[in-house]
Amino acid sequence: MARFVLKRLLYMLVTLFIITSFTFFLMKLLPGSPFNNEEKLTDQQKFILNEKYGLNDPVPVQYFNYMSNLAKGDLGVSFQYDNRPVSTMITERIGPSAVLGIEATIIGTIIGLILGIAAALKHNTSIDYLSSLIAVLGISIPSFVFAGVLQYYVGVKLEWLPVALWDGPKYHVLPALSLSVFVIATVARFMRTEMLEVLGQDYITTAKSKGLSNLVVIWKHTIRNAMIPVVTILGPLAINLITGTLIIEKIFAVPGLGFQFVSSIQLNDYPVIMATTIFYSVCFIIVILIVDILYGVIDPRIRVAGGKG
Amino acid sequence: MKKSKWSLLLTIVLVLSVFLSACSGGKKEEKANGGNGSSDGGGSKEKVLNLMETSEIPYLDNIMADDQVSLNLANNVYEGLYTLNDKDEPVLSGAAEEPEEKDGGKTWVFKLRDDAVWSNGDKVTANDYVFAWRKAVSKDTATQYSFIYQVAGILNADKILNPEDPMYNKTDKLGIKAIDDHTIEVKFAGPTSAKPYLKAVLSFPTFYPQPEKFVKEQGKQYALEADKALYNGPFALKKWEHEKGWVLEKNDKYWDKKNVKVDKINVNILKDEATRINLFETGKLDRTTISAEYVDQYKDKKDVFSTVPESSVFFLRMNQKNKALANKNIRHALDMGWDKKQLTDVLLNNGSVPAYFLVPSKFVNGPDGADFREKNGDLNKGDAKKAKEYWEKGLKELGVKKLDLTLLNYDTDTAQKDAQFIKNQLEKNLPGLSMKIKAQPFKQKLKLEENMDYDISYAGWGPDYPDPMTFIDMFVTGGSHNEMNYSNKKYDELVKKASSETDLKKRWDMMQQAEKILIDEDAAISPMYQRGYAFITKSNIKNIHNHSFGGDYSYKDWDVE
Repeated sequence: MARFVLKRLLYMLVTLFIITSFTFFLMKLLPGSPFNNEEKLTDQQKFILNEKYGLNDPVPVQYFNYMSNLAKGDLGVSFQYDNRPVSTMITERIGPSAVLGIEATIIGTIIGLILGIAAALKHNTSIDYLSSLIAVLGISIPSFVFAGVLQYYVGVKLEWLPVALWDGPKYHVLPALSLSVFVIATVARFMRTEMLEVLGQDYITTAKSKGLSNLVVIWKHTIRNAMIPVVTILGPLAINLITGTLIIEKIFAVPGLGFQFVSSIQLNDYPVIMATTIFYSVCFIIVILIVDILYGVIDPRIRVAGGKG
Repeated sequence: MKKSKWSLLLTIVLVLSVFLSACSGGKKEEKANGGNGSSDGGGSKEKVLNLMETSEIPYLDNIMADDQVSLNLANNVYEGLYTLNDKDEPVLSGAAEEPEEKDGGKTWVFKLRDDAVWSNGDKVTANDYVFAWRKAVSKDTATQYSFIYQVAGILNADKILNPEDPMYNKTDKLGIKAIDDHTIEVKFAGPTSAKPYLKAVLSFPTFYPQPEKFVKEQGKQYALEADKALYNGPFALKKWEHEKGWVLEKNDKYWDKKNVKVDKINVNILKDEATRINLFETGKLDRTTISAEYVDQYKDKKDVFSTVPESSVFFLRMNQKNKALANKNIRHALDMGWDKKQLTDVLLNNGSVPAYFLVPSKFVNGPDGADFREKNGDLNKGDAKKAKEYWEKGLKELGVKKLDLTLLNYDTDTAQKDAQFIKNQLEKNLPGLSMKIKAQPFKQKLKLEENMDYDISYAGWGPDYPDPMTFIDMFVTGGSHNEMNYSNKKYDELVKKASSETDLKKRWDMMQQAEKILIDEDAAISPMYQRGYAFITKSNIKNIHNHSFGGDYSYKDWDVE
């Protein structure tokens, strides 16, 4: 196991290096400068500004400088927010995004699993149809529609919960719910399909014929086996939510990371583009690693490196 | 064995939930900040405003400020020699009295107020001005607003800011000197009488002082957090939660605090319009802009609805590198061939007014006290019939029957609707024209304009200083903002003469003549509209006025009833 993890970590560094380099050169292809009043700057001013930020250097030199700073753990400073280290910009904003993402993932997974399992066990009944309907709606209606409806009816009309802003637990409810809808739908759909497939397998018949109780069959043999694809999609899904979602954060005025990533690209804020990309990649790679480890935990048939030992 | 793996999963879930509850627990403690606005004032009668901005503060450092959020903040937490009053006239603030003129008006000596202090109690001294001004023109600062020192004509500013000049970055050569602790001497490159807007320019945040000792102590940390800056304005920044919002409180060290009526201003960052309106409806927000789709819902509610004209003008650039657009008659036709009033009244619907001009109305008054527009009025105003006449004449001169033109556009929803409207109108009114719309991301659009790689483009311009020249000198031959190959010798001559003319009446006339040439004679651009904003504001908020230049508001004058 340790060898497996170590090997994966090494691959991870290589992957990161490739992603970073690729992003850097792609980013330099974007038109324009990172200065927000670009249309008003004179050539002299552009020269002075570029000089200050090292943008007059040839791109390979800029790349080398960036990579050597990165190796030292220096992510640079933002253009939009002068002198502000990019690393603190990310740490300041990741908190609300992560909390919201985790909440949505947990709510979504629990409800999704219940719906999916119920639908599969009560295959072709009204419960199944209702669950499928919810899944279809959840996937096809964008989350901002839910967000808008929740905000207006629960926040403005009923005044049960705050309309927006981020000042304590009750402010989390509406955005987390809006975000979780997609998770609920995805998890429910996958779980239902997988459960149905597993339930038709020979080993389930075997288990039943061995005289195991229904509960044991479902819990130990069905759900566990059906979890594999759910875990596979849940990882990336959770990372998407945890690293910030532009629209939900915008609607509920959550001070998260989602907006920053998008605006940094629009404004050519190079260090922020790089840092958020690296951050996102690291999270993603780690989650894939965790998912791989979890496979073995859930299904002993999948043993990542064990066989070779 | 198997059990231990299940427990691993359980542990992960547990750790996650602990992390989760820890996070939400932390938020609970900091919630009591009285965000309920003026209603919770109770006996103390604390006056609170709940406002919003659409973005985080990019710069708390007034010298770096180059965007509306930062400039507006700087205008309220700092103070310079002058400040703009409710009529946009410069009035004394940091300066105790009007300057003593020397050298035939080329030198101004300012006495500073001796009761002006920073929020740590230190006096605002002459040296703080010298330090700040030198910082503003330094290449290490590289602020985007350094050009305002050239606009003001401060001695040597243009040389210090020119990388090819031997005086480049020699900031100590800048025309400012501390005579004693409370006196500064400012030297100008030319006669100050040629710049009637000079005092207003000095009210711009790039000219505000900075406490040298404190700034140097803080180093790179300066102005990155609320407690990493000192304030000498009517308000002080008390709390700043990045990406979420900030709180301004009345600065009790401010020399004129008795005239500051509001005690506290909560500012939240609200990027979504529906959210702003929902918050307004639930009483959590006192004022917000609204766009066209909400205007009809509010425009009959007279106590909350208002529109404010702004000084930005939008227009179609017509690139004369294109042979067809180099034809004067074609340009006249394109300008007259669409209904500007319908664009502002139906599509924009937010207080924007149709433009038949380059210099906006209600922007600046001339030496005679009259608005620039009063004499020049509406230029190249015509109707579809007249447009068609010009069009046919133009086509004949070009020897063609059909024209294909592309309109380069912003990629926003509203700009798309505007462009579609103009295209439909022009194609209907000018037979033989077919127009394509090419929407591009902002930076890409700028690049295409800079390379003059377009036919027609939807463009806009906001003033950099309160004078018609900030608009007019844009189109001189070869000017860096011309970007459409427009050239007229007479126009260039008028702009050049007006820039150094000390007879203000003559200067004004020349600028008006130049504008007439640009639009009436040459139809170089097709003005679209002067932008306005529609607002909804709680009816108990009084004395709101906005500035056409610099920071948008002076909260000092605002009141809550």
